[in-house]
Amino acid sequence: MSVRADAPPATGYQERTVTVWQGRVRMRVLSKGRGPALVFFHGPWGLTWDPFLDRLAESFTVHAPEHPGTTPDAHDDVYHLDGLWDLVLCYDELLEALGIRQAAFVGHSFGGMVACEVAAAYPERARRLAMIAPLGFWRDPDRIVNWMMLEPGVLRAHIFRDPDGEAARRMFPRAEAQDAATTDARVRLMWAMGTTGKFIWPIPDKGLKKRIHRVKAPTLLVWGREDRLVPAVYAEEFTRRLPNARVELVSDGGHAPHLEQTETIAATIRDFLNQ
Amino acid sequence: MKISAFHLMPYRDLPADFEQRYESVWVTPPWWELADARRVGQYYNWTLDELTYAAKCGFDGVCTNEHHQNAYGFMPSPNLMGSVLARATNGSNVAIVQMGATLPTSNPPLRVAEEYAMLDCISGGRLVAGLPLGSPMDVNLCYGITPMEHRERYREAVELTLKAWQAREIFSWNGRYFQLATVNLWPRPIQQPHPPVWIPGSGSISTFDFAVEHDVCYCFLSYSGAKSAKTMMDGYWRVVEQKGRDLNPYRAGFLQLVVVAENDARAEEKYARHVEYFYHKCLHVPGMWFSPPGNQDYRSLVATLSNPVRRAENPKNLRYRDFVEKGFVIAGSPATVRDRLKEEVIKSLRVGNLMVLLQIGSMPHELALENIELFGREVLPGLRGVWEDEGWENRWWPERLRQRATPMTAGVAAGGA
Repeated sequence: MSVRADAPPATGYQERTVTVWQGRVRMRVLSKGRGPALVFFHGPWGLTWDPFLDRLAESFTVHAPEHPGTTPDAHDDVYHLDGLWDLVLCYDELLEALGIRQAAFVGHSFGGMVACEVAAAYPERARRLAMIAPLGFWRDPDRIVNWMMLEPGVLRAHIFRDPDGEAARRMFPRAEAQDAATTDARVRLMWAMGTTGKFIWPIPDKGLKKRIHRVKAPTLLVWGREDRLVPAVYAEEFTRRLPNARVELVSDGGHAPHLEQTETIAATIRDFLNQ
Repeated sequence: MKISAFHLMPYRDLPADFEQRYESVWVTPPWWELADARRVGQYYNWTLDELTYAAKCGFDGVCTNEHHQNAYGFMPSPNLMGSVLARATNGSNVAIVQMGATLPTSNPPLRVAEEYAMLDCISGGRLVAGLPLGSPMDVNLCYGITPMEHRERYREAVELTLKAWQAREIFSWNGRYFQLATVNLWPRPIQQPHPPVWIPGSGSISTFDFAVEHDVCYCFLSYSGAKSAKTMMDGYWRVVEQKGRDLNPYRAGFLQLVVVAENDARAEEKYARHVEYFYHKCLHVPGMWFSPPGNQDYRSLVATLSNPVRRAENPKNLRYRDFVEKGFVIAGSPATVRDRLKEEVIKSLRVGNLMVLLQIGSMPHELALENIELFGREVLPGLRGVWEDEGWENRWWPERLRQRATPMTAGVAAGGA
């Protein structure tokens, strides 16, 4: 394992690349803020430093690692991981390299599932666990739409309550544009879905139900009532297995409420993590 | 030149408004609303009859292929069909071209190695072993294989298959996707060291490399005709040259839709609606389904998104005459068809192994037989000698069939259905 630190860029977060998995997997970590350690696990559409993370950074030292394969110039590193077990071990090595023994875990969607898996494998590592619309379970009557197979316009409308809003525009390249930056954004989005999809295809239930009982951290679930990707009924799958969990339903929230109702959700999560 | 009859086995009676009413012909078409098992039984038998008839009409090979959960072409097990054909054509010089069983969806893929060996034994050494990667719809959406693992699984399975056919000793396979402690294939194929291998593809650069490195025949399975395939196939031949292989035209295969009639006008009368049915209904699939995230490696993804080939024309906006004019379908009198195939397809793309699709979309059985018969009688003889003067050997054809031989039953070809 090795850590390479770069000068903090103008945006205010520090950037460094951590190498794990016998030197084969490079993960860039964006860090900012002061206070107790918080690790943020991003969703299937890649990591973007956004106002939500800025809010959390006011109270915590936020570390946001990039899922293997989504770090620039390390695209093929993901091929060194064969499954979820390998991925969880990578995160353990990453925390070790960052010198973080214990932290608050926050995860969104796919990242919520990963945070929960890491907390189940290493119960001492998670001080508190906040998951926003996490994956991890499957109910036949409430099938989760395979977002990887949706046309971009349809996908936007599945993630966001307002598909034309600022948060949606930050994540999705403009449909009609053909410039180099837009192409990069398209590649980035597709590759993020491919590299995260590797661990959950074709059904995002990879056995969390067998392991989740190991989680010791008090848990908060944040779920948009109008989530069109992972319906809010999935919160029950977590709460009935975790004695110390509660649910915060967000009225008018979609699959990314922290990006559309940033102030409210950031405050809810901050208050929970500070308890 | 080797010319084989290809068959998809489509559902021939989809409703007229199919493409307006349903999301896709693949993966999600509702069986209970659209299909009838007795009718499907009839289709399978017609398909076998049509291919057997092609064998009698002088075609060099008969081709089947694997697809799942669709009305476009549903032979989920091409080897079941291939075994009937192998048996029915025994005593003839027709190759059984399996295009073929899909390795990534067979677990362990040794199953394909075994069944191909069976087919080679049953047919007396007439098998061509197609080893397709499989479409994303079949492999990722219907059979649940992770898109990012699709190509890795395939490559490992190809190596395992080739070794299982040839190894003199029992071996163990400790692979990434497959672990087998004792591999000792029974039966082994008759053809030594193994049956000729064809790799079908749709133009991806990494498949060119793979095919040329393994010294196998690369087959471009296209429904858009030779004009749009030209750039792609030129790219393939550049790879062949760069890697120091000879320019043997039998390294390349190509699939072409063909309809033949007494004259060009009659061809339109007889076939137009079946061709339109094929392009409008049988290819009705959401674009995203062809490239799930992760299915293309990073390099190919960047290449595809950076140079969006001008969006291929939506075939739903085209009609019969457009398809013919653009060469998606080669249609008309025997002379028209022969000349276009020779110049636009065989010579222009440098193809030694031509496959022709003669039952298209809703085309009924009798008309399919007419098309097969006329092609066999009036077109095929005029194409057979195309590469002969250059003296190439078709090393990707069963050895005992490489010499041109007489059709299975002389005289039948002229006798019609």
